[in-house]
Amino acid sequence: MNGSPLKARYRPDPAAASPTPVAETIQVPRRKIHLKSSRFADAGFRYLMLGCALSVLAIVALIVRELVLRSTLSLHAFGLKFFMTQSWDPVNGDFGALAFIYGTLVSSLLALILAVPLSVGVATFTTELCPRRLRGLLSYVVELLAAIPSVIYGLWGIFVLVPILRQYVEPFLAKYFKWTGLFEGPQFGIGMLAAGMILAIMIIPIITSITREVMSAVPTAQREGVLAIGATRWEMIRVGVLRNARTGIMGAIILGLGRALGETIAVTMLIGNRPEIAKSLFAPGYTLASVIANEFSEATGDLYLSALVEIGLALFLITLLVNIVAQLMVWSITRGSAQRATA
Amino acid sequence: MMQSKYWWRSLQDKLVVGLAALATFLVLVPLVAIFGYLIYKGIGSLNWNFLTQIPKPVGETGGGMANAMVGSGLILLIASLIGVPVGIGTGVYLAEFGKKRFGYLIRFTADVLNGVPSIVIGIVAWSLVVVRQGHFSAFAGGVALGIMMVPIISRSTEEMLLMVPQSLREAAWGLGIPQWRTTLSITLRTASSGIITAVMLSFARVAGETAPLLFTALGNQFWNLNVTKPTAALPLQIYTYANSPYDDWYRQAWAGALILIILIVVSMSLVRMVASRGVFKGGN
Repeated sequence: MNGSPLKARYRPDPAAASPTPVAETIQVPRRKIHLKSSRFADAGFRYLMLGCALSVLAIVALIVRELVLRSTLSLHAFGLKFFMTQSWDPVNGDFGALAFIYGTLVSSLLALILAVPLSVGVATFTTELCPRRLRGLLSYVVELLAAIPSVIYGLWGIFVLVPILRQYVEPFLAKYFKWTGLFEGPQFGIGMLAAGMILAIMIIPIITSITREVMSAVPTAQREGVLAIGATRWEMIRVGVLRNARTGIMGAIILGLGRALGETIAVTMLIGNRPEIAKSLFAPGYTLASVIANEFSEATGDLYLSALVEIGLALFLITLLVNIVAQLMVWSITRGSAQRATA
Repeated sequence: MMQSKYWWRSLQDKLVVGLAALATFLVLVPLVAIFGYLIYKGIGSLNWNFLTQIPKPVGETGGGMANAMVGSGLILLIASLIGVPVGIGTGVYLAEFGKKRFGYLIRFTADVLNGVPSIVIGIVAWSLVVVRQGHFSAFAGGVALGIMMVPIISRSTEEMLLMVPQSLREAAWGLGIPQWRTTLSITLRTASSGIITAVMLSFARVAGETAPLLFTALGNQFWNLNVTKPTAALPLQIYTYANSPYDDWYRQAWAGALILIILIVVSMSLVRMVASRGVFKGGN
């Protein structure tokens, strides 16, 4: 009878359906066995998934353990002095990370200064101002910018950005802003400025997308309320949106900072790789991540390797701190809105 | 007084709108410049040899990156064997069981892991695999990329599973289907295209990673399919060639970069197409 039109047209009769099967619970023993085995399987499944989740914790613990394990030699040899001296002399076994810390901080801050206004501008434009049709396209474009691998940014930086900086931007800056002391010395193109600019381009997508997320988490009623008392669009954005979302936006910026601090390949290709502390942004520098990238596979001697791993440990701890702070800030905004949405 | 202020307020408004539009335009400039230059340089350098041959010895022109493409595939395969099951499992745990405090701890740790610099992951994979085995290998590279895939996949899997309506699960339980069966055959199945999307996105993310491979997979000038041997990878090869002093290697670096970006953009667009057709089978 299967597949017959009779079956297709069958409608259960509510009056007939309910009373009879109750009496037929002769299946009870079989169902009980079934339940027992399924409870067993349920527990097994649950523990399997729990195991996967625990492995995330295990990975982070493993990262800490391995980094500490492989850097003990250097930790014992230099102590805190490691982060306060500037000499980097593999031949004589004298290592200090100050120049790399300086390079990492300066290039990342430069990137933030360039990227933050642009990112907040783009996020504002896409969430509040642009026509609805453009919205999807713009978010896709920003996503695309995030998908470009670091090595391609570096390649483009070497062959396009650096020549432009050398020929046009750096002479211009040297001519008009030399008095700041930041734009002096020989103009190579390669250097802190190039690294900061490429980093800025690379962190714009992450700051933009999180800022956008945070801004769209602000309830529409806030916007309508401000508009209703006669505000212009800008006043609505400033009072209704930006003020409500500021913690989240701050979090987005700090997350961007975390990305910039740890970014390796593109910076290594553009910063010039010289362990020096120079005030001028034209001068080459070196970062924590790029010294690891450049010297790790060629490092000879246990102390040298250990010093490089310690740099990795420092980088890990810095980004960990930055990310935790940022994550808490973003969560404080978006988590509330998620609950609101499901309620 | 209000009258005199209004023109100022409206001017401010127009100024800000203009600035926001300008910012958007400025962000589009590098994107267009990078893609334009990549296509212009890359297409001129792509040829059949590039796709089928291994690198020529230093100084000879010609040759290609075929071994690097295969090597990248091999490393990604190892990475996904590690990252996909663990990532999806974690996502399932978070979505189905992780409503309590412990779930938040896992979620938080996954987000933190996502922010760990890739070069640090490289050091850890080196320390775990390369030091203990005594040699660089494709496996070590796979471990590094696999670790990076876990948080990306788990968080998006969780997101996808949470979008499956609760009533679907309740219907399954109501029929007496055990929970594990419900999760595997109903919830995961319903969200399957969303989860495939998540996996593809994580591929796109790690496929271009260079830093974690520098001292794990190391690179190789020859064919290699042995997981215990050093292996070439596309991003590594681009990095090496871009830092070389040879014009012909620059040319090949551009061609390699074009291939890499095509792979990434194609997978991203596929994902977007699937996603726009509706995350769930049978609509929602």
